[in-house]
Amino acid sequence: MMTMKTRAPRFWRCIPQRYNLIGTHCAACDEYYFPPRNICPNCRRDARIEEYKFKGTGTVITHTTIYSATEDFERQTPYNLAIIELDEGPRLTGQVVAPPGEVKIGMHVRPVFRILGKEGERGIIYYGTKFIPVEG
Amino acid sequence: MRPVSIIGIGCTKFGERWDSSLRDLIAETGIMAIEDAGVSGEEIDALYVGNMSAGRFVEQEHIGALIADCAGLSRLHIPSTRVEAACASGGLALRQAMLSVASGYQDIVIAAGVEKMTDVSSGAAADALAAAADREWECFLGATFPALYAMMARLHMRRYGTTQEELAEVAVKNHRHGSMNPLAQYRMEVTVDDVLSSPMVADPLHILDCSPITDGAAAVVLAPAERARRYAEVPIRIIGSAQASDTLALHDRRDLTTLDATVHAARKAYDQAGIAPSEIDLAEVHDCFTIAEILAIEDLGFFEKGAGGSAIEDGLTSLDGPLPINTSGGLKACGHPVGATGIKQAYEIVLQLRGEAGSRQVDDAEIGLAHNVGGSGGTAIVHILSR
Repeated sequence: MMTMKTRAPRFWRCIPQRYNLIGTHCAACDEYYFPPRNICPNCRRDARIEEYKFKGTGTVITHTTIYSATEDFERQTPYNLAIIELDEGPRLTGQVVAPPGEVKIGMHVRPVFRILGKEGERGIIYYGTKFIPVEG
Repeated sequence: MRPVSIIGIGCTKFGERWDSSLRDLIAETGIMAIEDAGVSGEEIDALYVGNMSAGRFVEQEHIGALIADCAGLSRLHIPSTRVEAACASGGLALRQAMLSVASGYQDIVIAAGVEKMTDVSSGAAADALAAAADREWECFLGATFPALYAMMARLHMRRYGTTQEELAEVAVKNHRHGSMNPLAQYRMEVTVDDVLSSPMVADPLHILDCSPITDGAAAVVLAPAERARRYAEVPIRIIGSAQASDTLALHDRRDLTTLDATVHAARKAYDQAGIAPSEIDLAEVHDCFTIAEILAIEDLGFFEKGAGGSAIEDGLTSLDGPLPINTSGGLKACGHPVGATGIKQAYEIVLQLRGEAGSRQVDDAEIGLAHNVGGSGGTAIVHILSR
């Protein structure tokens, strides 16, 4: 029970962010936002928001390896999840593709385009960004 | 604003209540609280119920009207409101009820909480709970609740030298407390070895670092303090009540090892009560995971940031220590029916302050604190209660 079949627009409208890491930048206070914010918490009504494509390179701030997941991700276990600080400043949550135990705090990572999940045999396949360690 | 007291309490047995529906649980606890207070149905001005996700857990919404109906109050047409703040829904119900009495608008108000979680598979329950995190930018990428707290734990361990053994000691203590609570889901004790050898859920958190899936309900009855003695031999005064918010997603927080919402709510509640953290005799804190209790006792001002783990290992927060924490067994051992937890915390503090906590009674308890968190810290609610 409870398997929800999601319609495509929910994923389609996030394609710029999920595929290409498009966020925003407030030209008034020079802060970067990912996921994009259209209301800058620093400047609110005085904000000057513009679109910005993040480089996607960043640093692992903290991480875990998940052995027991929700139903949608159960088949992927074990997998690594991390909070990553992008080089421009904002932080996001994402998977790091590496053997368990090899992810470290402070590790540099770069983005890769991957399947994130699929809703059963005939449901939507959704894509997005994962991260891999940068060599050296 | 006028002072408010708790004049009646009720709490069901927590656990896997396969024989009881959400309706049964709410009726059971409602009757207990109303009988304990000795109020009649006609006196009740309003109901507030904390419930996180009956829509996902039992496919039922419109819980406000439902609980009034199940409690046998439908013919009185009493206003009944469901409130939701994920795992802090119960604390929020208590706060809304308190505000309505404090304002002078209503007199006798019931705050209840209920969650019926075991009618769905554990995977479906985990996914319903994950809705308390940021669905689009955490869960969509594979985050689970244990994973978010695991990432806080990892950083706390790195920065402050907190160990897995110290995390495990939280579970050991709360199971010991739970063994003395007849309403607790788990009455068995566990050892540090048991915790560390239990299956890993999200490194470094093992299954015994996590609170369980639980069915349960709890309710308290509030009245203006000046009228409280008419109903209760030992009315318990709410001397502080505060709520604070923070970013929904963990990754957007100022600091990943502090729940700023807890810090802010606690500061406001201490101010209202006119007391310092050191004056608290006992506390129920939100230990959805062992690391969460360590963060809570630091963020509530009981211990310095980074000192929570060693405080627990040194027994400072045990029943026989200077500041007993989670005498009910906490979310860990008493169980965590998410919408009911905040009310159960108030129930435990009232029981202790009345001196009715049996074998787990804290001697000379005068002032207690209840701390309820929604999600990974997007909401925190703190209540301070006094004899």
